[in-house]
Amino acid sequence: MSPRAACRLEALGFEAVYDYVPGKVDWLAHGLVTEGEKAGELRAGDIVRDDVVRAGLHERMGDVRGRVEASPYGFAFVVSDAGCLLGRLRKAALQGAHDATAEDVMEPGPATIRFDTPLRSLVERLRARDLQTAVVTTPEGTLIGVVARDEAESALAG
Amino acid sequence: MTGRIELPDLQRLLDQGAQLVEVLPEQEYAEEHLPDAINIPLKRLDADAAAQLDRSRPVIVYCWDGL
Repeated sequence: MSPRAACRLEALGFEAVYDYVPGKVDWLAHGLVTEGEKAGELRAGDIVRDDVVRAGLHERMGDVRGRVEASPYGFAFVVSDAGCLLGRLRKAALQGAHDATAEDVMEPGPATIRFDTPLRSLVERLRARDLQTAVVTTPEGTLIGVVARDEAESALAG
Repeated sequence: MTGRIELPDLQRLLDQGAQLVEVLPEQEYAEEHLPDAINIPLKRLDADAAAQLDRSRPVIVYCWDGL
């Protein structure tokens, strides 16, 4: 729709016309401020926690395990040098061989949500799948953190 | 010629005073839109509607996802 609008404006004589092609969905997914009737709706970005443990692809489980034990979570995420989410290390993997690398034992491509995912629908999805957390990334795949189901439920209860 | 831009350029142009136009229908704009955007639905985008825009400043249009 916006490409046609840009063409129409050019046809009307406007000389400096730009098309923000990724659109509103991209703006929302980056957790940026909006205006309007739904602007105050509770979303994942409102309660996301960034205190999850991150590990590099070549880190050994013996080195990651201690950080996870000191964290509020029983899992960790594997990220690239640029912070892009590559995989998840579940508890069983963390308790495995001391010398295994994150790349060896990670679960690749975990499901993710964006900043703008409405909390209400997120809680419904987590309940339906009996999950306790959801993983939040930017549209480019950079790991932001996790949303805990119990915290989402508390936020919705107000 | 129209310039296709992504978020960093959008933010730079807005800082430089560009005008932001959401071309989605009125109800979608009312529900949620980018800060300071005005609404000119594509179906109503004609010379009269465009008259509210400042021709001396860049104009950025957007919809939901560019389709």
